[in-house]
Amino acid sequence: MSGPTRDRLRPARLAVPDVLRTGAVGLRTRPVRALLSALGIAIGISAMVAVVGISSSSRADLDAQLETLGTNLLTAENGSTMFGDEASMPLAAEAMVDRIAPVDEVTAVGRIPDAGVYRTSKIPVAETNGLVTYAARAGLLDATGTEVASGTWLNDATAHYPAVVLGSLAAERLGIGSAGPDTQVVIDGRRFTVIGVLEPAELTPELDSAALVGWPVARDELGFDGHPTTLYARADEDHVEAVQSVLAATANPEAPNEVDVAQPSDALEAQQAADQALTSLLLGVGAVALLVGGIGVANTMVISVLERRAEIGLRRSLGATRGQVRTQFLTESLLLSLLGGVAGAAIGATVTLGYATTQSWETVVPAWTVLAGLGATVAIGGLAGLYPAIRASRLSPTEALAAP
Amino acid sequence: MIGSRGPEPMIELDDVRKDYAGGVQALAGVSVLIRRGELVGIVGPSGSGKSTMLHALGTLDRPTSGTVRVAGHEVGRLSDARLSALRSRYVGFVFQHFHLAAGRSAVDNVADGLLYTGQRIGERRRRAALALERVGLGHRMRHRPHELSGGEKQRVAIARATAGDPPLLLADEPTGALDSAAGAGVMALLRGLNRDGTTVVVITHDHDIADSLPRRIRLRDGRIVDDER
Repeated sequence: MSGPTRDRLRPARLAVPDVLRTGAVGLRTRPVRALLSALGIAIGISAMVAVVGISSSSRADLDAQLETLGTNLLTAENGSTMFGDEASMPLAAEAMVDRIAPVDEVTAVGRIPDAGVYRTSKIPVAETNGLVTYAARAGLLDATGTEVASGTWLNDATAHYPAVVLGSLAAERLGIGSAGPDTQVVIDGRRFTVIGVLEPAELTPELDSAALVGWPVARDELGFDGHPTTLYARADEDHVEAVQSVLAATANPEAPNEVDVAQPSDALEAQQAADQALTSLLLGVGAVALLVGGIGVANTMVISVLERRAEIGLRRSLGATRGQVRTQFLTESLLLSLLGGVAGAAIGATVTLGYATTQSWETVVPAWTVLAGLGATVAIGGLAGLYPAIRASRLSPTEALAAP
Repeated sequence: MIGSRGPEPMIELDDVRKDYAGGVQALAGVSVLIRRGELVGIVGPSGSGKSTMLHALGTLDRPTSGTVRVAGHEVGRLSDARLSALRSRYVGFVFQHFHLAAGRSAVDNVADGLLYTGQRIGERRRRAALALERVGLGHRMRHRPHELSGGEKQRVAIARATAGDPPLLLADEPTGALDSAAGAGVMALLRGLNRDGTTVVVITHDHDIADSLPRRIRLRDGRIVDDER
């Protein structure tokens, strides 16, 4: 036996599993309380994960949409003259725009004024349903990325005959479910056969409420003057801005200021930006919930330390150092909030999955959200547990043992 | 070999005083020497300073003045961490109210007594089982405290205190919460541990129990009034 005075008396370090097991004692002995205080954290984290997840999923859906629709579509639309009348682009506008080198394809529609679209000739003229008739070039569908829902698109032959393709909204308002040889509408007093109905046009929603007829038939039958009112141009991806800057001057060289140029994908992006502002607000609400959850954990820990003084005294008598008591309660607090954090992240991801599924979006829960959420719970657990843990460790063993 | 020179000191108290805030003097200069292998009773009415003395012996509290040496270590000079290590290795405590963790089995309660020795869980459980066998509770391993009688609970507590084979066992009114039969059983257990070499100090206000011990230190008003063998 070595002399006791030479004994170094070094306290043993607890193995990590023992630290965890000891930290979980409070959770095991008071499961309901642990569950309730973890719930506070879970609500905060799930709110934040769901908000970010849903907005990311929506963003991913938009990106996918833009991917298929392309962001290189530009429109040049008749603006107004300086007297407030509607301006008019020259007949050669299409051909001129086509000569801009980076323009891959150009197409046009021309609005036919006062050509209302009606289901039958019995409908009063004033009930236009907000529908507009356009003369459309054959290339319109390709250029705008719009799909046909039923029937067919206009071709060189049908463009000469009284045939019409309806936008999705126009078909709905006229009560037409699908195209067919027996389905006719009345345009400007003449019967037109509905040969096609379009899907909603994501980039060019103005086509949704349109009745589209061939360019030749419009001139022959509907008194169309042949001047395009809107040009659709697909530009080379790398030169969209350059094309945008010269588009007005090219379409209407005499009065470039009477042409409104736009990039339709901008509108979708702007809508997304508006959603983003709401996301920030909701994220703030989630953060407040998380803070309240953290205070709940701190409260639980303070009470836990008060109630378990006898246990603390016993552990000190068994040889626990102040540091080990502190670690025990800090671990408990961390486990508590981590429990809430993991549950919250799972709930948030599930909510995102559910919402994205109902919107037929792809579910995107960014890893950084989950990691940031768990990081926040660890920080909150540490902060909430620090003061109670220090109080527990400062307790004198004799006072602790005297507690009932 | 130390044995040839007689038992060496387990605990030495030299002029130990303990004052509490408010002018209460719990220990008013106590000097005592307890050697290895002794079985000592500390006796006195309540308020005589018994508990304070036990806390000083067990290094749970530091005296206001005077020196305490346990197993050769001067307690006043040790940091909290070293004192904790000293307790984990040299001292086992038995309390009047057992201080068992509710909801945990007897073997887990005993194994937890070894937590701060740094042994692994498997080793702790093995030793806990042995310690429970030793106190005659081999058939109660899986029972939780509320399923045990008072005497059995105190025997679990003794198993916890002795599972690490500490050379010193301090018992604070170990029979105070038990009927006389269970109390006799606990005392028999403590005597047995002492026979096997453990230094045992028992605090009691029960004179019958005190009189059955080989050495009795009587306290009154924080002073030793009698130390008889």
